Amino acid sequence: MKYVLLICDDETRSPTNEELAADPVHQAWEADLERRGAEILGQRLRPVVDATTVRVRDGETLVSDGPYAETKDFVGGFVIVECADLDEAIAIAAGHPYARWGGVEIRPVWE
Amino acid sequence: MTTPDDQVRAAVDAAYRDEWGQVVATLIGLTGDWDLAEDSAQDAFAAALATWPRDGVPRRPGAWLTTTARNRATDRLRRDAAGAAKLRQLAVLARDPDEPPLEEIPDERLRLIFTCCHPALPFPARVALTLRTLAGLTTAEIARALLTTEPTMAKRLVRAKRKIKEAGIPYRVPPAELLPQRLDAVLAVLYLIFNQGYDEAEGDDVRRALAAEGIRLTRVLVRLLPSEPEPRGLLALMLLHEARRATRTDDGVLVTLEEQDRSRWDRALIAEGAATLDAALAMRRTGPYQLQAAIAACHATAPDVTSTDWPQIVTLYSELARVAPSPVVDLNRAVAVAMADGVPAGLALVDELAASGRLDGYHLLPATRADLLRRTGRVAEAAAAYEEAIELAPTETERRYLASRLREL
Repeated sequence: MKYVLLICDDETRSPTNEELAADPVHQAWEADLERRGAEILGQRLRPVVDATTVRVRDGETLVSDGPYAETKDFVGGFVIVECADLDEAIAIAAGHPYARWGGVEIRPVWE
Repeated sequence: MTTPDDQVRAAVDAAYRDEWGQVVATLIGLTGDWDLAEDSAQDAFAAALATWPRDGVPRRPGAWLTTTARNRATDRLRRDAAGAAKLRQLAVLARDPDEPPLEEIPDERLRLIFTCCHPALPFPARVALTLRTLAGLTTAEIARALLTTEPTMAKRLVRAKRKIKEAGIPYRVPPAELLPQRLDAVLAVLYLIFNQGYDEAEGDDVRRALAAEGIRLTRVLVRLLPSEPEPRGLLALMLLHEARRATRTDDGVLVTLEEQDRSRWDRALIAEGAATLDAALAMRRTGPYQLQAAIAACHATAPDVTSTDWPQIVTLYSELARVAPSPVVDLNRAVAVAMADGVPAGLALVDELAASGRLDGYHLLPATRADLLRRTGRVAEAAAAYEEAIELAPTETERRYLASRLREL
């Protein structure tokens, strides 16, 4: 099964890439992905202040600043994984540092 | 007079009760298709009704039904082009129903129950799915029992089955590291099924039958997980509650434990509950259900309220508050303290709870306070607390009970 893990939080912590790389929890998460051979693609995203949302209504392209929806948590990164089943995806997601203060949404890929 | 047809009908009914979950669980294991499994199981029971009167009840009804359902699944897949791949897998397994399989069919119900109660499914869907696939209730029966409409329930079941498939929820017994947490989820579903029926004092039969379903499914779980103490603890708890069922209400009015006619408690159920609890406790891994069952056992084995072992009940509630903290447990502990150490000690704990605000809006907080105030002769304060409780009470039965206590002041 393929899943996309959406790594979410409210952006109050906002560690730098260097801080994240030095975080032992993040290192353990990367080692776990490596050991499972599960990662297909993963990227961290810049904060929502840099987001742009596009909608087309009645043929008109509407561009607005910010995320698609104003919510408490925002997607701060994503990882596409291939693993056995939802339980394995849950185990992988639970290892991400953001799971401790934000949350990780697991979405099966629609194939 | 019972005719041979009645006997066959009874045999099919018994097989439905005992074998439905097993047949569905096996077919899901073979085909991975929940709808196909249910439809084929249904076919097998229809075939039993048609052929058993003529051919007699088979020696092993469960094996006959499983084999028949398996063959029906094969037929259904043959008619369906997309079923070709699954069919190849099944073809090896299909047998003549008259020929009993050589090996024992392994009990797949444990896989089924853990999958139905997976935490990725919404809680109401876990309850519904367990009642449908394991207990064999129809969608209409489940809807009625859980106080919703049939289309709503049908939608809930369809969505849950779709999520199992599309999100890749595994059909398996969870590995050791996940077992404690996942078992808690299963026990919560079974306890809710029991309570839905138990709380229904004298109403809808379908709804009341849920208590029996809860006990039956918990018995199955105990048999399938013999070395786990908490399923036994839950079974003991259910049996000890069930033993008091007949005395809990009188003409739709709640009767408190204190006033229940203990001569009408079911001694056989109490004995079984106590023995089940002892077997659980002997495993020396305590848990919230064993503790609640131990409290229920203190009540069930006491000749009356005054000779109840209240200090022991206080100890058990303290332990319960430690392993499963909840303000409701604290409230019950306060009542036990009032019985063990005197009303003022209990009232002080209740006032402390009220001040914390953790039970705001919960009718049993003012109801308990009212009762304790009444016992110390503080009538005016008791009346005010009863009125507050009546305002908050969720059911008519409870409002009636509280109103009658208020009048007695």
